[in-house]
Amino acid sequence: MISDKINENSPWQDLTEGNKLFEAATSREFKTGEWRTQRPVHDAEKCRDCFLCVPVCPDMSILVTKEEKIEFDMDHCKGCGICAKVCPFNAISMEV
Amino acid sequence: MSIRERLSGNEAVAYAIKQINPDVMPAFPITPSTEIPQYVASYIANGDIDTEFIHVESEHSSMSAAIGASAAGARTLTATSSCGLALMWEELYVAASDRLPIVLALVNRALSGPININADHSDSMGARDSGWIQIYAESNQEAYDNFLQSFKIAENKDVMLPVMICQDGFITSHGVENIELVEDELVKEFAGERKPLHYLLNEKEPMAIGPYAVSNYYMESKRGQRQAMLNAKKVILSVAEEFEKISGRKYGFFEEYRMEDAEYAIVIIGSAAGTAKAAIEEIRNTTGKKVGLVKIRVFRPFPDEEIAEALKNVKAIAILDRSEMFSATGGPLGAEVTAALYRAKVQAEVVNYIYGLGGRDITTDDFHKVYEELYRMAETHEVRDNYRYIGLRE
Repeated sequence: MISDKINENSPWQDLTEGNKLFEAATSREFKTGEWRTQRPVHDAEKCRDCFLCVPVCPDMSILVTKEEKIEFDMDHCKGCGICAKVCPFNAISMEV
Repeated sequence: MSIRERLSGNEAVAYAIKQINPDVMPAFPITPSTEIPQYVASYIANGDIDTEFIHVESEHSSMSAAIGASAAGARTLTATSSCGLALMWEELYVAASDRLPIVLALVNRALSGPININADHSDSMGARDSGWIQIYAESNQEAYDNFLQSFKIAENKDVMLPVMICQDGFITSHGVENIELVEDELVKEFAGERKPLHYLLNEKEPMAIGPYAVSNYYMESKRGQRQAMLNAKKVILSVAEEFEKISGRKYGFFEEYRMEDAEYAIVIIGSAAGTAKAAIEEIRNTTGKKVGLVKIRVFRPFPDEEIAEALKNVKAIAILDRSEMFSATGGPLGAEVTAALYRAKVQAEVVNYIYGLGGRDITTDDFHKVYEELYRMAETHEVRDNYRYIGLRE
């Protein structure tokens, strides 16, 4: 993992020249969820597992589990509320 | 044997490009730098070199394309001038922070407004904080020699910074002078090929470049850039030493002219140094006054300790700026040299002049007057006006 080598405690000497990155998908380690002011709350009772919310998430933060249920990646969800808007069953609500 | 020629500054730099045969040149035409890409385009059309020339729609794009090509692993350059450099502003910083060894042939001209296209240093001086190495020339010969050395400095593994090779618009860029060219074979051997350590087209090492750096990383990145600048000082001198072996011409951070015993010194950048030298000879021959000159070649990294050392024994110093920075108290060279003198505890009297804006002429008579003011300052220890003009109607 790149964060083992370069993280918020690294001295400047440890950064790569020009911040070049030699690993793919390092954004997974870069937690952007802390910017969120509202969070999506899932109501499993109302949800019909249609997965319409999954492709509209701009941060790919709605995951589908093995059991074919949705799950939020709260490390990267920014709370934009698009999922709540597209849900035909009002199964997602935005809460502060 | 070296080749004797007569070339303009633009032709000289284009000829250096031909001899180096770099991989990629994105460029957008803007006068008078137009000639550099134009000559290179002719060399390519004639089959002299196989540089990939990219026609772009603006300087914003030429520097963007240069960044892409350099990150891909190519030896890349572009050329521009004045407002063309201004339109590159955003990308200049990106090229430096991505640590890409791009070379930019810059023809120094005024920035609008008022609208003006003549020689002064406002374009490159405005870009002095962008993280580029800046090397200036007095003559066509120096512009050519500096360009030949540029890629070796930029691509050194301890540096990896973009380099701006500057010459004065029209005076140098269009003025035809005698010049001594280095033989093609020697240039080829000296300049070599770029051997990038990390590059985007390396399929064995996937890489991302220019990532977002939040507050937790930005300062550390900038510290890294400063280190590269510090390292560049050593590399600039060692490349100059190597260059001397193939050309016989010696270069450093600056040229000291008649400074061995100088009591009164002028510090200046660019083509006006030639005029100053003529004035120095006149003064020394007629009055015997010990006058000298420090002509800055490398402005970034700024050789502050070395400049202070060169000036430590003089009584009075005039620092001449060919650009305004509107601090309302001086020009950029004045501010930095004065700070260097202060840190080194040099006690000379110092005055800052502004001259030659928008192509205003400067003559040997003007330099006589500056030295006369220095004699007065040294004698009276009084600086009448710390920020003065040469050739201003008032």
